[in-house]
Amino acid sequence: MIEVEHLTKRFGHNTAVDNISFTVKKGEVLGFLGPNGAGKSTTMRMITGYIPPTDGRISVDGADVVNAPIVAKAKIGYLPEAAPLYADMTVVAFLRFMAELRGKGEEDVERALDTCFLDPVRNQNIDTLSKGYRHRTCLAQSILHDPDILILDEPTDGLDPNQKQEVRSLIKRMGEGKVIIFSTHILEEVEAACTRAIIIDQGRVVADGTPGELKARSRGAGAVAVRISGMAGSGIRSELVGLPGVGDVLGDDVGENGFSGKVLPAKPGESLSKEIFELCKEKQLVLEELHVEPGRLDDVFREITVADTTLSE
Amino acid sequence: MSAPRNIWIIFKRELKAQFNSMLAYVFIVIFVVLAMALTFWFRNFFDPGAQDASLEFTFFLWPAWLLMFLAPAVGMRLWSEEHRTGTVELLLTMPMAPWQAIVGKFLAGLAVITIAIICSFPIVITVSYLGDPDNGKVIGGYLATFLYGAACLAITCSVSAFTRSVVACLIISVTICFLMLLLAVPPVQDYFTDILGGKLSDAISSLSMFSHYNDIKRGVVTLPNIAFFASLIGFCLFLTSIVIKTKRS
Repeated sequence: MIEVEHLTKRFGHNTAVDNISFTVKKGEVLGFLGPNGAGKSTTMRMITGYIPPTDGRISVDGADVVNAPIVAKAKIGYLPEAAPLYADMTVVAFLRFMAELRGKGEEDVERALDTCFLDPVRNQNIDTLSKGYRHRTCLAQSILHDPDILILDEPTDGLDPNQKQEVRSLIKRMGEGKVIIFSTHILEEVEAACTRAIIIDQGRVVADGTPGELKARSRGAGAVAVRISGMAGSGIRSELVGLPGVGDVLGDDVGENGFSGKVLPAKPGESLSKEIFELCKEKQLVLEELHVEPGRLDDVFREITVADTTLSE
Repeated sequence: MSAPRNIWIIFKRELKAQFNSMLAYVFIVIFVVLAMALTFWFRNFFDPGAQDASLEFTFFLWPAWLLMFLAPAVGMRLWSEEHRTGTVELLLTMPMAPWQAIVGKFLAGLAVITIAIICSFPIVITVSYLGDPDNGKVIGGYLATFLYGAACLAITCSVSAFTRSVVACLIISVTICFLMLLLAVPPVQDYFTDILGGKLSDAISSLSMFSHYNDIKRGVVTLPNIAFFASLIGFCLFLTSIVIKTKRS
């Protein structure tokens, strides 16, 4: 539904987005990750037609954003980064105005008010609203025309934990049958709401996959946390180090009569739980605890984006 | 959706915003009060020995000077406010062409100015009651005032696209409007004649809004005079769209 090909944006000498390509299909909720200034907002602004690209092509459900902007814009709902609003209007007047520009009517305004739980403040002036309500008002604006494509730039930024949860479940609920792209730097959000994540750093796509796939790329993915007794801790440790495929063994507590710690695989993602179990059986050790860690998204995020910065310096 | 519809939607919102912020009321009251006060006090409207008690001389002199300040006050928020609050990002991602928003906003500002000008109409009634004014000159005076106000507003419109500061927009716009008035004032004209020669200085003073304003005011409603204001407004609105476009990239 959204095809982005070789998208590039330069501001003067500064390349904000550098030859990005990706496609998003119907039903996908795509999380846009990246450090501040990575080019997330710029990419989203180009997809919505707000900023013209320096180079490359964006097609939204078959409509080219540069050549047929009005067709493309009609298909997109957009929540800009700071959730800008006309402060002098009431919530309902603002939504009516936006609905009119989209050729929508009163029922659509009511539906959006309902979906975003804005009914209690409908006649309040926007400049008297709390940040959570303002954010939701802007979100309501983006879903007025029930768009097939939703672009949300940091939809949970500045909200309290309850509101974050509400927005996340809203995204998840709306995600069926739509394309949603949202940017965030909260990684748990990606795990909670996304079917796919793209990590952008310095204007380039550095990782693209499901949250699970990305997690598997972290150094800690496939690490096995164990607690074993029946032998001196140091002895168990050296047995574990001797296993084939082991990268490193981290011992939190190497005691008189047991070991507890982590076994990291040499190759991320290849769990060694079976080997450890066999070892314990063979050496008559008591395996008190064993669990495989799936890896953490923030590890991958840090590894990819930090490595990249040091490389370029 | 059709262009007139989009322009109408933008126009409605912008006009409401003007009246919500009280700015429109302040503008209208200041314009009418000052126009009347200046007419009666500074131009000796009632003085039988005055050189000329006609509306042309006493009343229609002032709007040019008032609108130079007041039209920028009406137009200063049109785009700078959008840039400052970021709402321009919402507006320009709506399914409509940017020029429709520009025209809608301009017309809303023009509506406020028009209302103010109409509110000064009682003076014409007064004069008609007291004497017998030249109706052609009254119509010419109002047309000149309207076109002049529209031109000042269009200048402000393009300045407001440049800056996110409302105050900067106001000051810069007033300065430009002032300079465009000054171009035809004799000392300035003489100065240009001295350094540039007659032909070039004539060309420069023909860019002055004041001389065209005066022509139309006197009832000289010629195509060049109308075309001057129309093309000035058209150019400023076109410039606005260029600025808004380049500001994004």
